[in-house]
Amino acid sequence: MSTATAQQGTKWWSGGRSPFNATYGKVMMWYFLMSDAFTFGAFLISYGTLRFSQNFWVDPNKVFNSFPFAEGHNLPLAFVSLMTFILIFSSVTMVLAVHEGHNMNRKGVENYMILTIIGGAAFLSCQAWEWHHLLTGEHPVLVNGVIEHWNTTVSHNPFGPEVMFNGQLVHTPGPIAFGSYFFEITGFHGFHVFSGVIINIIMYIKTKLGHFDQRGHYEMIEKAGLYWHFVDLVWVFVFLCFYLV
Amino acid sequence: MSEHTPISPEITFVPAHAEDTKKIWRTFWLLSVLTIIELTIGLTIYNIHKEPVPNATLVLAFKGMVCILTLAKAYYIVSVFMHLGEEVRNLIMTIVVPLCLFVWFITAFLVDGNSWKELRNRYNRPADAPTEQVAPVKE
Repeated sequence: MSTATAQQGTKWWSGGRSPFNATYGKVMMWYFLMSDAFTFGAFLISYGTLRFSQNFWVDPNKVFNSFPFAEGHNLPLAFVSLMTFILIFSSVTMVLAVHEGHNMNRKGVENYMILTIIGGAAFLSCQAWEWHHLLTGEHPVLVNGVIEHWNTTVSHNPFGPEVMFNGQLVHTPGPIAFGSYFFEITGFHGFHVFSGVIINIIMYIKTKLGHFDQRGHYEMIEKAGLYWHFVDLVWVFVFLCFYLV
Repeated sequence: MSEHTPISPEITFVPAHAEDTKKIWRTFWLLSVLTIIELTIGLTIYNIHKEPVPNATLVLAFKGMVCILTLAKAYYIVSVFMHLGEEVRNLIMTIVVPLCLFVWFITAFLVDGNSWKELRNRYNRPADAPTEQVAPVKE
């Protein structure tokens, strides 16, 4: 039976054992996540570069200030904090599922996987609402001396610098890069959440069918959990770069 | 808690997993508190921007604080939720050391973006400004 720690003087690198004390699948999941971190990092850094190269940047509190069923109220940061807490909470239920997996408790894994899937679906719904709100919500914007009404898309947005027009402050067109980066990066993240939910559903079905009990361990739940936590981790940085600063 | 058989013969030892979920819930509360502090700072920045002359240094300081809090959250997610803290040192290092490239990556690109802005502000003229001097036509 297993020992709690490795023997002193264990020859990790002389073959026959994993120098990382982890299975091939888990090590490769870690390396996949690391390469994915570089992909997201490259996106966010290129966004930062564009943003640093502009004299004016969009104020997130003016763009993300609404809440479902409370349109028209100025509620900066409210909706995105809801999304953040949903994702943190679904991360907790995921890690609890992994914990139940260590204890070989099938019922516990099933329950926590269900909660995690619901959390992921709730996050995706929030994101769908937010995109819909940006793509359909029109704001007055001064274009070539005329007031027009623009929505927020990848090619234009109405959140540029404010100027005086007929005695009132009105926005001019905002930096194009804002919309493109926002939809690109939150879209790429949302796609990760979506695939995470699919993976979690597959894991739930496999748990329900008793595949992991037959195998004698719940390591697949751990690997799916790694992916799910990575999605939460990326959201922490997206939240920082798009909503907070 | 049941006894573990190693998942594969490659595994030298099975790390001891906590019997209870105390640590998980503690981390959850910690992450929530850090997020609430971040949101408070976000709202503070929002209120500073409402002033007639926003204090740019103060805004920058608050933004720096949010960045540090975000890194703290990332540390807790990776170390506790992803159990990287329980892995052997070899594995931790192969993940963490390559990520150090980000330090240079971020610095270099943000400095480049900033320099791009300054060069443009210094040398770009308004679109309607004459770009070359035309010599007056002599009779």
